[in-house]
Amino acid sequence: MARRGGAPEVNAGSMADIAFLLLIFFLVTTTIETDAGLDRMLPPLEELDEQVLIKQRNIFEVQVSEDGQLLVEEELTPLTELKAKAVAFLDNGGAAQGSPNYCDYCKGERDPDSSDDPVKAIISLKNDRKTKYSVYVTVQNELVAAYNELRNREAKRLGYNMTFTEMDAEYSNQETPDDVKEKLKIRIKKIQDLFPMKLSEAETNKN
Amino acid sequence: MSKFKKKKDGELPPVSTASLPDIVFMLLFFFMTVTVMKDSEPLVDNELPKASETKKLEKKDRIVYIYVGKPTEKYQRVYGTEAKIQLNDKFANVSEVGDYVLEEIAKKPQEIQNAVTTSLKIDKNANMGIVMDIKEQLRKVNALKVNYTTYEGNAFDNLK
Repeated sequence: MARRGGAPEVNAGSMADIAFLLLIFFLVTTTIETDAGLDRMLPPLEELDEQVLIKQRNIFEVQVSEDGQLLVEEELTPLTELKAKAVAFLDNGGAAQGSPNYCDYCKGERDPDSSDDPVKAIISLKNDRKTKYSVYVTVQNELVAAYNELRNREAKRLGYNMTFTEMDAEYSNQETPDDVKEKLKIRIKKIQDLFPMKLSEAETNKN
Repeated sequence: MSKFKKKKDGELPPVSTASLPDIVFMLLFFFMTVTVMKDSEPLVDNELPKASETKKLEKKDRIVYIYVGKPTEKYQRVYGTEAKIQLNDKFANVSEVGDYVLEEIAKKPQEIQNAVTTSLKIDKNANMGIVMDIKEQLRKVNALKVNYTTYEGNAFDNLK
């Protein structure tokens, strides 16, 4: 017989289901914070047998002194201008039209005293043992930014509807399906071949 | 008719507490799953520099961490204030870095061993000398993929 007075008991039998539903929802949507940083490949230790001679004009020299000052191509430069200078150097395309190294996608000044073409251009980074790590990371960041700017420009020129950085992020994302990854890989490789990242931290031989 | 008579107005029904355990369990599970256990107590100050062109470090299973920084206050009396290397939960010399990385790589499954990245968590006030030494060590053991782990932000904030 129904109780007199007082509301009927609320059925709590489905509460557990609701709880599990919520639990699963949070499980799926929560991403644990991941670290981020600048990816770099170190050069292998084996010395090259033959000394490769690189023309001085194809080397972009960046030196960081112990007090954090920057010497770019033997010129004292504020850090804020480093990116623009690096872009100008990489994008120069100084090789003459008709020569095998001629760079048809470069939009630089085509100064014969600067890099021949992006594939040959090397950025050489030297630092003092007393240089602060924070300055070093800033310099690295600016140089990577220079490459990214040029690569993004190429991605746009080639008519991809994503920038290079977006494609790269999408490629390393675990949730991207494999067939999309394959497609991205080809595009990323193509752009990387146009502007290969040649950042040397070892001693580079000059000519 | 009196069977279906409504209760008197103004009397509050008791709230059912039968579902309380479920709610508690739900919270418990939630926190259990999202909490990352810190595997080692930090012995060094570790304020990372900022950078804007960062890449995310996906796949935590293929990362080896190396911490560098000034020993925390507790350890400064013993270890001084020069930047030190921390591997797992103890201080280490530069010469131990190579062995440590090899050991960590060997612990990982065979198929990902050549995809291991070394995450360098270096305090922004450390000198490049120690970083260069670590890089030299990593080259010696052929662990060439490194990641200078940073916070995301404006890189020029580092200089202040």
